[in-house]
Amino acid sequence: MSETVLEVRDLSVYHGQLCAVDNVSFVLGQGEILAMIGANGAGKSTLLRTIAGLHHPSAGTISFKGVDLTNLTPNRRVRLGLSLVPEGRRLFSSMTLEENLLVGAYRAKKGPFTIDRIYDLFEWMPSRRKQSVWQLSGGEQQAVAIGRALVANPQVLLLDELSLGLAPIVIERIYALVPEIVSQGVSILIVEQDVAQGVAVADRVHCLLEGRTSLVGAPSELTTDQIDRAYFGSDLTQSSPGEGMGA
Amino acid sequence: MSIDTPRREGGPSVRRSSTSPLFALGGSIILIGFLTIAPWIVPAEWSSVLMNFFILVIMATMWNLLAGYAGMVSIGQQAFIGLGSYATLYFALKGVNPFLTIPLATITCAVLAVPITFLLLRLRGGYFSIATWVVSDTALLIIGAVAYFGGGTGKLMPGLQYLSPSQTAHDTYLATWFVALVVVVGTYLLLRSRLGLVLASIRDNEVAARSAGVNVQSARRLIFIVAAAGCGAAGAVLAVSQPFIQPSSVFNIQWAAEMIFVSMIGGLGTIEGPIIGSAIFFTLQQSLQQYGVWYLVIFGSLAVVIALWQPRGLWGAFRDRYHTELLPVGYHLREEK
Amino acid sequence: MIWINVVIQGVLVGGFYALFACGLSLMFGVMKVINLAHGDMAVVAGYVAVFLTPQLHIAEIWSLLVVVPLFALVGYVLQRTLIQKSIDRDPFTTLLVTFGLSVVIENLLLEFYTANAQTVNVGALGYESWHPGSIFYISYVSLGVLVAAVAVLAVLQLFLSHTGTGRLVRAVADDREAAQLSGANYRHIFGIAAAIAFATVALAGIAYGMQTQFVPTSGGVNLLFAFEAVVIGGIGSLWGTLVGGIALGMAQVFGAHFNPEYQRLAGNVLFLLVLAVRPRGLFGKSTSVS
Repeated sequence: MSETVLEVRDLSVYHGQLCAVDNVSFVLGQGEILAMIGANGAGKSTLLRTIAGLHHPSAGTISFKGVDLTNLTPNRRVRLGLSLVPEGRRLFSSMTLEENLLVGAYRAKKGPFTIDRIYDLFEWMPSRRKQSVWQLSGGEQQAVAIGRALVANPQVLLLDELSLGLAPIVIERIYALVPEIVSQGVSILIVEQDVAQGVAVADRVHCLLEGRTSLVGAPSELTTDQIDRAYFGSDLTQSSPGEGMGA
Repeated sequence: MSIDTPRREGGPSVRRSSTSPLFALGGSIILIGFLTIAPWIVPAEWSSVLMNFFILVIMATMWNLLAGYAGMVSIGQQAFIGLGSYATLYFALKGVNPFLTIPLATITCAVLAVPITFLLLRLRGGYFSIATWVVSDTALLIIGAVAYFGGGTGKLMPGLQYLSPSQTAHDTYLATWFVALVVVVGTYLLLRSRLGLVLASIRDNEVAARSAGVNVQSARRLIFIVAAAGCGAAGAVLAVSQPFIQPSSVFNIQWAAEMIFVSMIGGLGTIEGPIIGSAIFFTLQQSLQQYGVWYLVIFGSLAVVIALWQPRGLWGAFRDRYHTELLPVGYHLREEK
Repeated sequence: MIWINVVIQGVLVGGFYALFACGLSLMFGVMKVINLAHGDMAVVAGYVAVFLTPQLHIAEIWSLLVVVPLFALVGYVLQRTLIQKSIDRDPFTTLLVTFGLSVVIENLLLEFYTANAQTVNVGALGYESWHPGSIFYISYVSLGVLVAAVAVLAVLQLFLSHTGTGRLVRAVADDREAAQLSGANYRHIFGIAAAIAFATVALAGIAYGMQTQFVPTSGGVNLLFAFEAVVIGGIGSLWGTLVGGIALGMAQVFGAHFNPEYQRLAGNVLFLLVLAVRPRGLFGKSTSVS
């Protein structure tokens, strides 16, 4: 049984009056890859952002290696070893590729991921390091965003919708990095709308539906039908066409 | 053409936020009556004090319309106050009866505002605010360079000397009072109309409003023109009531400061806010003025404190606490029982 | 010859405007704060130089060695307290708070130091100028201010592009959340930006006092010019602010050439033209202006 690095217990997060995350609990073990799947608006990104410290939960706790994160600002969480690669890349658009990495590395913890190591991981980067990031393609930007988070040498890496807006072959290449990252001792929490991708890469899967946990388990234990129902919600799969339309 | 949507049983209905409380309506009628006959029953100095108060109410109501409803924070409304004053002067110099110049000046300001909107309305936030300041400074400089208007020293309004002083005072009072009444009632009706709802939707969520088909730019343009006209009217009555017109006084940024201070006290987004805010501000101003610059220090500090701790204004806080609304312009959604 | 003089005087005054405005540009670029009290801070620096540093037995001309660091500290503290609180609310609040501060500062100065004009004493240097070609007059003080402005902007640019903290400032300006996620304490970075802004405006205030007389209300009109310089040059570009300041300066000198009354008007017209034709300014990034 591997050591728990991240524990989320009974977490609820509200956006105004809307409950985005409803009483969610899970643990992430050392060296594990946990995939949060769910439809658009299921609460996955909100969950990740809350863990990173950008949202305040209304209930529940988050602990990182035993440390309660509740009152810690996002940058303190990064110092502890928790890094989020946000949805939409969010690179610093006025800066070059290298500068983006330098920001991530500023006062970072010591660890295997130096900027040179990132340049090894992505061979195309060194020749483009002085380019402004807005000149890069979507996939390249995603790589830079991951690199920027990695140079902080996190122990837990949160990845939010890596595949959004990217071509399938690019997504494949990005996901091929995941085992490499894990081999350095990093635990990963992935949020994915693409179920197949999430299931393929994860050790365990956690499905959210309208903010609530609908299914938990290892990919090998779960059937496609189970995942479908947990993803979409049982009601829809039971009604037949023609019903419920203005009777 | 309306589409018949089937009504669900027990669905919500839309209702005005409350029927105007009777006491507010009754009180308003009494107050209006009193203020109309005021020049004949109160001492003469009170008349001019009241006139300055009415002018302040007009300006504050217009600023509230711009900032509180349309989200446009202007620190340059004094441009239209000045333009209104000088338009009045212009028409009076051409021989028009000074009191008739007031509506003419108002229309002039509305017309002048139109090309200005094409420049300003492309800007947002701070850019918009600074641009309004520059526009007002530019208006000041241009008018001040025109010899016909007396240049930097100013000019006396013609046409007011034909009456006896008390008659003039009564006439100018009634003119100011009437304009203030028209502006406040007009704004109230505007905000209770469909346009008011449109503005509220833009203020709350512009993207959602746009996708519901609201023409945001047109609504903003209309409000800017209305506010320009209103401030022009204020400038016009200012010219008639203090008949020596100088660029440095009618284009003064002090007017902007007063509009801001009033909204601090009265809060934004209500009709009565500017009125109550004006009343409180005016009273404070009159009583503290003897202390020289300290009264400005107090107001400045008050602005900081209120902005940080009571952003809905003092009246706003009172409203929240006691759940009253004197002149309602909002809506409630009620579940049908 | 006349036009060369226009250019020279325009560049000189432009350098001053750039020094005055770079803090404004920084605060708006990094925190999206429009500091309506910016001009007044310069005036306060002038008053501190004239009235308070002599008490430390420092000649007024060297007062900047004390005043500039002091203002940096004041800027940091003010940002972490009052201004941060208003940023947390909304942009309108920061306008109101800085507006209120401006009113308080101007009137307190008026109360304690009256409306009498003051200058920062630079001794004989204040009256001397350079006479290139026996035709042009370039006052040494103005030239010094221009040199100082360029130096400050260069140092600032180096700071932003070559130091870790400077990069964090740019990161926070680009995307505050992403910067937090990269480990930046954005409140502290805001404080640093404010400290720089206040330090530069203090320097500008003392420079102003060396060149001309000032009164408690001098901040207002200079604030307008500072805004104009920033917008003309483009938000987010320090060298743009220099170019904007010079463009504004030249426009003003050009206008004054025809009629002294047209000086300010010419600058305003240039500003409005730039807004009409290219709102993001000459070197501005196309961030949301409209």
